[in-house]
Amino acid sequence: MSQPIITLTDVEKYYGDYHALRGITAEIMEGEFFSLLGPSGCGKTTLLRAIAGFEDISSGAILLSGQDMDGVAPNDRPTNMVFQSYAIFPHLSVAENVGFGLRKRRDLNRQARQTLVEDALGMVGLDGFGGRAAHALSGGQRQRVALARALILKPKVLLLDEPLSALDKKMREQMQSELRRLQRQVGITFILVTHDQEEALIMSDRIAVMFDGKIAQLATPQELYSRPANRRVGSFIGMMNFLPADTITEAGGLISVHIAGLGTAALTSEQCPAGVSSATGVVGLRPESLTVLFDQTAGSSLHIEATVSEVTYYGDMTYYDMLLPGAPNTVAVSMRNLPGRPVLDRGAKTNLVWDPRSLVLFCN
Amino acid sequence: MRGLRIYAIIYLVFLYAPILLLPLFAFNDGTIIAFPLQGFTLNWFYELTQTEALHTATLNSLMIAIITAVLSTCFGMFAARAATRHEFPGKSGILGFVMLPLVLPEIIVAVSLLVVMLQLGFSMGLWSVIVGHVLICTPFSIAILNGSFANLDQSLEEASVDLGETQLSTFRLVTLPLVMPGIIASLLICFTISLDEFIIAFFLSGNEPTLPVYLWGQLRFPGRLPVIMALGTLLVVLSIVLLVIAETFRRRGLRRSGLKDTGGFL
Repeated sequence: MSQPIITLTDVEKYYGDYHALRGITAEIMEGEFFSLLGPSGCGKTTLLRAIAGFEDISSGAILLSGQDMDGVAPNDRPTNMVFQSYAIFPHLSVAENVGFGLRKRRDLNRQARQTLVEDALGMVGLDGFGGRAAHALSGGQRQRVALARALILKPKVLLLDEPLSALDKKMREQMQSELRRLQRQVGITFILVTHDQEEALIMSDRIAVMFDGKIAQLATPQELYSRPANRRVGSFIGMMNFLPADTITEAGGLISVHIAGLGTAALTSEQCPAGVSSATGVVGLRPESLTVLFDQTAGSSLHIEATVSEVTYYGDMTYYDMLLPGAPNTVAVSMRNLPGRPVLDRGAKTNLVWDPRSLVLFCN
Repeated sequence: MRGLRIYAIIYLVFLYAPILLLPLFAFNDGTIIAFPLQGFTLNWFYELTQTEALHTATLNSLMIAIITAVLSTCFGMFAARAATRHEFPGKSGILGFVMLPLVLPEIIVAVSLLVVMLQLGFSMGLWSVIVGHVLICTPFSIAILNGSFANLDQSLEEASVDLGETQLSTFRLVTLPLVMPGIIASLLICFTISLDEFIIAFFLSGNEPTLPVYLWGQLRFPGRLPVIMALGTLLVVLSIVLLVIAETFRRRGLRRSGLKDTGGFL
C-alpha cells in the first residue's frame, strides 16, 4: 500500500444524454483490496469496465502504473476481469479455460503451461479438475475457474464484477473469506464491484461508495461505518437511525445540539463531517449505540424511557423498534442475546442509555 | 377432447398420405398410378441411373444448393451478429426488409428478378438461380443464427479479449465454435430449401434445368410417372435425413452451452 497503481482523474462518461460517470477522481493503491460499492445504476460497473478497457471514457484520464490507458485495447492492458456471469468458455475443458490466456505466451512450452495451469487450479482449490468439461461445473466451481483463469496471467490489477452475486448465501460467505485470503496471498490489487454493503465491509481495505455516477465517500470500512460523510452513505452502509436536531451551536471546538427524543448533547467537530452550516439538521446513530438497561436499578443520568413497538429476533441478536417520547419516528436498537438476558415483549416499557460519542451530525 | 383427437388424426393423414403414396408406387411393377398394386420392382430406380438429362439436372441442383447454402449462411452470420451485438439507426427497418422474402410470394420474387436481369442484359443460367435462392434462403439463415448469437453470452467474447486475444482470434476461438451448431443447421436448411425450390428455378434457370424443373418437364409423359415417384422417394428420404441432422446439431449446441431448449424445427 505504497504507490498508487491506478489514478483516476476527472473521469466522465456519457451514454448519449445519460451522464453515467461524473468527475471520478481517486487513487487505488498497489496491493490493496478496493471496492466500488453502490446501488444498481450508480456507475460502479461502468467505471470497472472503463478500467478494463471495455468502455471508452468521454473525458478525464485513467492511469495504470503511471501509463495513460487512453486508446489501449483491453487485450493490451495489464488487467484481468472476473465477469458477473463468470464467462467460462463452455466448449473448453477446465484446464483449457484456465490456460486460455497463456496462448499468447510464446516463451512457454507445453510442460511449463501445464505446470502453471495446475498451480492456478491448486491456488483456487480445484486440484485435479483440469480434465473436466467446463459446462458441467457448479456455480462455485465456475467462480473458481474464472479466478484461476484471470490470476494465471499475474495481472497488475484484478477486476471483479459482482462475482458473488449468483451464489447462495453459504457459498457466498465462504468465497468472501477465500477471496480475501487469495488477495493477501498473491498481493495483486483487487477491485471489487458490489451492491452488497456487508460484502464490501468484510472484504475491503478501502471502499468507494458511489451514488448517481459520483463517489460519495472513499474511506476504510471503519471510517465509512462510524463517520459516514452524509445521510445517504449512512443509511446505505448498515442500519442508521435518524433523529431531527435543532439549536446547533458551535463554540470552542465543541458542538452543542438538541436531539428530538434524546435531549441535549455535546459533540466534537469530527462528529460533524460536513461542518456546521445551519442551526437545524439530523443526527444519525447506529442501533448498537443505544443500549437497553435491563437492570432498572442501575440508573444513569442520561437514560430515557422508551416503549417497545416491534421485536425482531435473530438468534444471536434482537432488534427492537422503540418509541422515544418527543421523537417523530421509532429508533432501531440492537442487543446481543447474552445468557440470562430476556427478550422484551411488544409494548414493554424500558430504559435506554446512549453514548454521545457514537452520534454523527448532518446539518441541513 | 375425443373430437379434437379425431381431427388431429385426420389432419395428419391428409398431410402425409400423399407422401406415403410416393414409395408405394415407386416400388410398384406397373406404369399406371392406380390401385390395385401390381407387384414389387426396383426397375424404376434402375431407370433413374440410366437417364443422362436427369443426372445433369441433379448435378445442377446440387451445385446451386451447396453454393446457395454457403453464401446464405455467410450473409446470415453477418446479419445475425450485427443484429444481436450492435445498435445502429434504422436497425429494425433494415432487418425487416432483409426478412421480407420470407413472406413475399416467390412468384413475385422470380418474375421481378427475371425482368431485372433481362433488362440488365444478363443471360439466365445456374448463377441467376443462385442469386434468387440466396435471396430467399438468407432470411432463414438469419432466423436460425440470430438464436445462436443471442444465446451467446457477450461476456464470453469480452473475456477472451480480456485474456489477451484480438477481436479476430476471439471470433475464431470462442464465437465460431459456439455458434457452429447454428451454422451447420443453417447450411443444411438452406441446402434443403434450394434443392427443391421450383418457381425461381423455373423462371431463372434458362436452358440449365434444376432437378425440380426437370421433374416438372417429365410430368407430360405418363409413362415416366413411376420414375418420378422413385426420384421423389429418394428426395423425401434425403430431406428427412438432412432435417434430422440439422436438429441434432441445434440440440447439441444448446447442451454444450448449457441452455434450455426453447423449441426448434422438429
